[in-house]
Amino acid sequence: MQTISTRIKRHGGKFSQLLAGVLAFVAIILPRAVSAQAQQDPLGYAVPGQMGLMGSVTTIMDSIRVFHDGLLMPIITGIVIFVTVILAFILIRFNARANPVPSKTTHNVPLEVVWTVVPIIILVVIAVPSFGVLADQQTIPDGERKYLGANIFSMGDVEVPAPELTVKVTGIQWAWQYDYVDYEGADYTSYMLNEADRAELKPNEPRLLATDYDLVIPVDTTVRVQVTSAVVIHAFTVPSFGIKIDAVPGRLNETWFNARKTGMYYGQCSELCGRGHAYMPISVRVVSKEEFARWIAAVEADGVESAASVLTPIT
Amino acid sequence: MADANSKHVDAHGHPTGWRRYVYSTNHKDIGTMYLFFAIFAGVIGGVLSGFMRWELAEPGIQIFKGLAAMVYGLEGDAALDGGKQMFNVFTTAHGLIMVFFMVMPALIGGFGNWFVPIMIGAPDMAFPRMNNISFWLLPAAFTLLLMSLFFEGPPGLYGAGVGWTVYAPLSTTANPGPAVDFAILSLHLAGASSILGAINFITTIFNMRAPGMTMHKLPLFVWSILVTVFLLLLSLPVLAGAITMLLTDRNFGTTFFSPEGGGDPVLYQHLFWFFGHPEVYVLILPAFGIVSHIVSTFSKKPIFGYLGMVYAMVAIGFVGFIVWAHHMYTTGLSLNVQRYFVAATMVIAVPTGVKIFSWLATMWGGSITFRAPMMWALGFIFLFTIGGVTGVVLANAGADRVLHDTYYVVAHFHYTMSMGATFGVFAGWYYWYPKIFGIMYNEALAKLHFWTMFIGANVIFFPQHFLGLAGMPRRYVDYPDAYALWNMVSSVGYLITLLSMFIFLWCVIEAFMKKRVAGDNPWGEGATTLEWTLSSPPPFHQFETLPRIK
Repeated sequence: MQTISTRIKRHGGKFSQLLAGVLAFVAIILPRAVSAQAQQDPLGYAVPGQMGLMGSVTTIMDSIRVFHDGLLMPIITGIVIFVTVILAFILIRFNARANPVPSKTTHNVPLEVVWTVVPIIILVVIAVPSFGVLADQQTIPDGERKYLGANIFSMGDVEVPAPELTVKVTGIQWAWQYDYVDYEGADYTSYMLNEADRAELKPNEPRLLATDYDLVIPVDTTVRVQVTSAVVIHAFTVPSFGIKIDAVPGRLNETWFNARKTGMYYGQCSELCGRGHAYMPISVRVVSKEEFARWIAAVEADGVESAASVLTPIT
Repeated sequence: MADANSKHVDAHGHPTGWRRYVYSTNHKDIGTMYLFFAIFAGVIGGVLSGFMRWELAEPGIQIFKGLAAMVYGLEGDAALDGGKQMFNVFTTAHGLIMVFFMVMPALIGGFGNWFVPIMIGAPDMAFPRMNNISFWLLPAAFTLLLMSLFFEGPPGLYGAGVGWTVYAPLSTTANPGPAVDFAILSLHLAGASSILGAINFITTIFNMRAPGMTMHKLPLFVWSILVTVFLLLLSLPVLAGAITMLLTDRNFGTTFFSPEGGGDPVLYQHLFWFFGHPEVYVLILPAFGIVSHIVSTFSKKPIFGYLGMVYAMVAIGFVGFIVWAHHMYTTGLSLNVQRYFVAATMVIAVPTGVKIFSWLATMWGGSITFRAPMMWALGFIFLFTIGGVTGVVLANAGADRVLHDTYYVVAHFHYTMSMGATFGVFAGWYYWYPKIFGIMYNEALAKLHFWTMFIGANVIFFPQHFLGLAGMPRRYVDYPDAYALWNMVSSVGYLITLLSMFIFLWCVIEAFMKKRVAGDNPWGEGATTLEWTLSSPPPFHQFETLPRIK
C-alpha cells in the first residue's frame, strides 16, 4: 500500500510539475512570444505576400492575436497533423498488399468515448479564453474594468481609461461619414481617392485605401464608435484595432478602441453593399493628443478642408 | 425477376424516347436527370467563378468592364460601374447555382433518388409523380435565375448583385429593378422542389423499407439523406417566408425589413440563417453518407461504430438548427447572445470529430484498395478536416471579429463545400457510375481527374486563408496591391481545376464511347448494400419480390 501511495505521490509530483510547466508556457512564454512577433507584423495595412494577421496597436487586437496565433493555430495545426499522420499510417499499413485479410472489428467503446471526450476537453480549453476575449470586445471601458490584453488566460490586468471621445460613423453608398459628436460642426464625409487624385494628393498612401479626409483620432485615448448606416448595411472595420461592426440602417451599434501608436491605419467595408463595396475604405489617422487638439479646433473654426493643413504630412 | 419485370412493364406501359424522361415517374430515370442537370449547372457555376478568378488575378479592373460593355452594351464610366455590379452578380449567381443547382441536385436528387429506394429494398419512391415535379421545378428555377442576370437591378445596371444571402435592404431599396424578383422567385421554385423531394424521401424511408430493414440497419447513406431532408423540410419554409417578405417589401409597400416603417434588416438575417445554416449541413451530410459506404467498401470492412455514425449525423442535424447567428457576430448582437452561439457552435465539432475518427477506424485493420472512389473519399476526409478546424476558429466570436467577411471565411466554406461536398459528389459519381450506367469508367482518367482537382482546389483555396488573415474582405472586385501575390496563386489554381473539369468530362464521354461492361458488383466483397445485388444498370423496376433483410 505504501509503495503504491508513494508511487502516486511521485507521479503526481511529476504530473503537477508538467502541468505547471504547460501553464507557465501558455500564460507567460506564449503571450510574450506572440506579442514579440506582433511587434514585427505590419501595422496599418497589409504588406505584399502577408500570410498572417495584422499587427496590433490595441489591447483588443493583442488578445485576438494571442488567442488566434498562440492558441487556435497550434491546436488546429496539431489536429490536422494528427489526422494526417494516422491517415498516412493507415494507408501504408493497411493497404491490400500489406494487409490482405481485413479485420472485422466494428466497435471499441473505450476508444469511442475517448474520441468524444478529448475533443470536448480541447473545446473547453478554447472556450475559456474565447469568452474572455469576446467580453473585452463587447464591453465599453468604464475606467475600472481590467482587460486581458496579451495575457488571455489571466483574469485581466490591462487598465483602459473610460472613453473621452465619441465618433458617430454613418455608412453611405459608398463612403463613410464621421461626426465628432462632442464638437460643434465637426462632421464630414470621407471618400476614397481615385487613382489620379491619390497620385496627386497622397502619393505615399496605398491605392484603394487612401481617402480625401481621414478619421483623425488622438493616441492613447479611448474612443467610443457609434456606427449606423443610411441605406444598406456596411461594416466598419480596422484590422489593426481588432474591431469590426456592422453599420445597419435603423440601428446604432457601438464599439471602442484605444490606439497606442500614432500612424495611418486602414480598413475596408466588410459587408456587401453594392457596386462600390470595394471602394469605401476606412482610413484612420492616429495623431498625438496635441496635434488632435489643434486639428479639431481648426475643424470647428474653418471646416475639415482647411484643417488638413494642421496635420503633419504622411511620408 | 425478368419475367415479373416484363409483366409489370406491360401493365403500365413503358414510355420511350423523350416521354420516358419528361413524363418520368421512375426514381432511377429522375435520378439520372438530376445528375446531368447538376453537371450542366455546375459547368455554368464554374465558368462564372472562372471570370471572377480571372478578374482577381491582378489588382485593378481587368475584364469586367469589357464584359459589361459586351453583355449589357454599356459604355465608358457606365461600363465600369456595370462591371463592378456584374462582379457582384457573378458571385451571387455562382453561390446560388453551386448550392441549389449543383450540389443539392447531385447529392439528394441524383444519388438520393437513385439509391435510397434501392438500399431500403423498395421498388420506387413513395410519390413517383411528385418526384417528377420535384425535378422539373428545377430547370424552371434555374431559368429564372439565369434570366435575372439580364434584367435591371440597381437603377441603370443589371443583375442581382446582392450575394446568395440576399440581405435586405441591399435587396430591397438599393435594387429596385426586377432582377432581384427573378432571383427570389427562382429560390421559391427551387425551395418548393426541395420541400416536395423532402416529403417524398421521408415517406419513402419511413414506410417502404423491405421486411427486416429496421431503422438501425439502414445504410448510412439512407440515414444521411433522412437527416438531410428533415433539415430541408424544417428550414426551407422559413426561407420561403423570409423571401416572401422581401417580395412584399419590394413590391407592395410592406416594411418588414425597413427601419423607416418599423422593420429591421437584422430580422431578415436571422430568418435567412435559420435556413442558411441547416442548408450547409444539407450540402455536406449526404457526402458523409457516401464517404462512409466507400470507405467501408474499399477497406473490405463493415463501418466502425455504425450507431455512433448515425447519431452523430442526427446530432449535427439537430445542433445545426440552433447555431445560426454565428454568421452574424458583427451585426451588433449582445454579449450574451454571442456567448451562447459560440458555445453552441463549438459543440458541432464533437459529432463531426466522431465521424472523422470513425472513418479512420473503419480503415484501420482493413485491406484497402485505392480505386478512384476511394481516392475521392480519402481526399474528402483530409480536406474536410482542414475545413472543419478553420470552422472551429471562426466559431469563436472573439477571433471571428477580424475574420468575418474576409477571404478566411471564403477559404473555410470552400474547403467544406468545394472540397467537402463536391469531393463527395465525385466520390459517389465514380462509386456508383458502373451501377447507374452499367459501364466502367477509365480508372486512369478518374485518378487523373482526382489528382488535378485535389491539387487545383488546394492551390485555389489554401492561399485564401492568408488573404483573410491579412484582412482582404470577400466579394471585392478589386483589392489593395498587397494582396496580389496570393490572389495570383489562387487564380493559377483555378486553371488547374479547369483542366481537371475537362478531364472529368472526357472521362464521362470516353466511358460512353468504350462501353466497358461493368458487371453487377465491380467492387467485390466489401460492397454489401442492396444495390450491388441487382444487375448493372438495375432493371426498370427492381424488387418485384421484396428482399428480406436478416
